This record gives sequence, structure tokens and C-alpha cells, in this order.
Amino acid sequence: MLRLTSNQCVAITFMLNGREISGPIEPRMLLSDFLRDELGKTGTHVGCEHGVCGACTVRIDGLAVRACLTLAVQADGRRVETVEGLAGADGVLGALQEAFHRHHALQCGYCSAGLLMSLTALFEQVASPSEAEIRDVIGGHLCRCTGYAGILAAALDVTKVYKEKTTI
Amino acid sequence: MKPRPFAYCRPETAAEAAVLLAEYGDEARILAGGQSLLPMLNFRLVDAAALIDISRIEELSYIRETGDRLEIGAAVTQAQLLAYPDLAKAVPLLAKGLPFVGHVQTRNRGTVCGSLAHADPSSELPLVLATLGGEVVLRSARGERVVGAAEFQLGLLTTAREPDELIVAARFPLQSPGTGSAFTEVARRHGDFAIVSLAAVAAGAALRLGVGGVADHPAVAAFDGLAGADLDAALNAFVWELGGSDDLHASAHYRRDLVRRLGRRVLEEAQACSA
Repeated sequence: MLRLTSNQCVAITFMLNGREISGPIEPRMLLSDFLRDELGKTGTHVGCEHGVCGACTVRIDGLAVRACLTLAVQADGRRVETVEGLAGADGVLGALQEAFHRHHALQCGYCSAGLLMSLTALFEQVASPSEAEIRDVIGGHLCRCTGYAGILAAALDVTKVYKEKTTI
Repeated sequence: MKPRPFAYCRPETAAEAAVLLAEYGDEARILAGGQSLLPMLNFRLVDAAALIDISRIEELSYIRETGDRLEIGAAVTQAQLLAYPDLAKAVPLLAKGLPFVGHVQTRNRGTVCGSLAHADPSSELPLVLATLGGEVVLRSARGERVVGAAEFQLGLLTTAREPDELIVAARFPLQSPGTGSAFTEVARRHGDFAIVSLAAVAAGAALRLGVGGVADHPAVAAFDGLAGADLDAALNAFVWELGGSDDLHASAHYRRDLVRRLGRRVLEEAQACSA
């Protein structure tokens, strides 16, 4: 049984975007803070810190989850994916990122990383999700710039559904 | 917006968790999915000397049909239950209510038993458990006991769980043939806390309605054999019994009106499903 005192600092290890990483944590450290402050991976944004806004959404073992509602210690031994892992090693954007760019699915960009991780998880689970399924997933994120139209268009474009529709 | 320091324990069995609870008592909090606990810790609304993380306990990660119940272990997430292939047949009310629980991103971590333990008055899973007359299995170093839903949730964020007890499972009655169910809720946006949530079960003339978000716990009442103006009158009497108060999200008046109108609608929907 793992047992840590409140100020005990231990190293955790997990796969981050396909590479094993390790870093020190205390029990109370949130995964979002570990990613940003210990690992310097600032692509994961922190908004509300109580699970409402979705900015910090990452994937753990493939599932989209809130990094601010996950303790870093809970990610120990897991597979974590963040927005930094979406583009290729050569910097070429992924299909969803490309579609976000094409459809102006962001303005300030604060919510984008979380949306990209949620939608990536959806596309992995459902090859060609319906508009309703996409809306359900996007509903877990707050975007105050776009009104969501561009985000929905980008996601639909990736599913190829968009091409068959004249308007959304 | 960061939690105060706490110790962290990750037991490997439910028995180990019970020993830790006996040691810490109400100084400890159980961490399963953390989707209710972490916000409260981040806001510092809750203090804990220790968190006991049960999310990796293998023996609590199961969904099985035993007798006339669907039993769900304490490590099962809401998303795992929603993906259970027989859910719509076994407990249709759960299949109808679960999509209203938070968002897909919180259902991926939030647990079924964690929702019951948290006991938010507007929460969907305690409402489903209460409406179906399910039960909660509690274990401590002293032994195990089973508590019915009506005796379990006592009020706002308050349950019959003793400080040294761990919810190890929840049991939802399987739906019997000729029974129908329906679920609906009103929230500011999908996935937000419900202003009012309603669950209904119909079997022949037997009608049962559960209401969340008005009283300080899910309120369940029978409306057997009632229809038309009689049903409206009974719903009106019921809603005045619930109390309810104005808050930031809605007035008590609005909540009463929702129960009167949507109550009748979900009961009729449940009846239609039972045919």
C-alpha cells in the first residue's frame, strides 16, 4: 500500500505523450500544476480549477478528464496525453488542429487545448461521430470567444460530415 | 484554489481501506473519482487529514447482476456504467439518468458510489437510487451492513454512513417486465447542476415519482391509480410538502411549477414505456 504524509515529496513516473517522464510531487499537487509547473508543459491551461470550464482537459489512459480534478499522484503509472502530443515531431499539425485553424475555431485560444483533447478522445472512440455526439462533448467546455460555431464546424469537417452539409 | 496539505493512502483492498478509515475516522476522506471532492478541496470548503484513494482497488471494480439487483462496485465510474451493455435492459432508469450526470469528461472519472456518498440534493444518481428503492452496502472494520436509499441520504451532503465506513457497492433493483421509467431535468445548460430533476417509474396503476433539487434530499412519493385532475392535485400537494427555497439558480416558485408540470409529463412517459 502506498502511504504518503502530507509534506512528503516523492517521484512519480508516467508516460507523457509516448515518453516516460518523472518528477517530484506532494500529495496535494494537482495534475494540471504538475504538468505546467514541474514539467514546463504549459499547453494544458488552467481556468476554473473546479472542473467546470474544461480548459485543463487531458487524456489519461485514452479518456478525456479534467487535470485540475486529478491529483498528480493518481496519474502515476498511467498514460497521459496533452496538447503537446497532437502535432507530429516535425511540427506538422494534426488533422483536428488543422481543421481548428481552417475554421477559426479559436480566438484567444485559452480553451483550445482542452477541446482538442476531448475531441481527439471522441474521434478515437467513434470513428464518425454525429453532430449530437460532438455537441455533447463540446458541452463540457467553456469558450467565450467563438460561440462554438467554428469549433463544431472544425469537428464536423474532420468527420467529413461537414462536406455534405451546406450550413451548420 | 489549491487544496490544503493532506496525507495520501492508496490501499489495495477494501479491507485495507476499512483499517485506514478506522484509524483516521472523520479526519479522512475517501477519494474515488474525485469529481466532487477535488472541487471542494480546491475551494478549501473541505479539509482532510488524509485521502484514502480507492480508485485502484480491483475488488471494487465490478458491475454484476445478483438476484434482482444490479450491483455496482465503488471503483466503477459513471462512464463505465453507461457503457455496460445490458444497462438499458437491466435498469433503464439508470441508462436514462446517467447522461445528465456532469459531462463526459467528469463521468470518465466520477464514480457511481461517489455520487451517492457526496449526496448533493440535485444529484441524479441518488435520485435514481431513491426512486427505485435501491440500497447501499457499507463496510467497516466492524463488519458490513446494507442501508436502503430512503434511510441512507439524510439531508444536504449528509448520509447515514458512519465515519469509519466505506461504501463498497450500490444495488439498483432490476426493472421487472411491464414496468416503465422516465427521467428528465432542467438545468441552465446540459451538465450543470440540476435546478429540478425528476425520475418516474410506472407498473400498471402503480406510479412512483422521485424529485431532486427541491428538498434537501431526493423525495419520492406514490401516485398510484391517479390521472388527470386528481394527479395534478396530488402533485400540487406533494410539491408543497417538499419545501424548497429560492437560491441563485431559481426561485422556489419556479421549482414547484417545474415539478407540477414535468412531474406529470415523466409519469405519463413512464406509463407509455410500460405498455
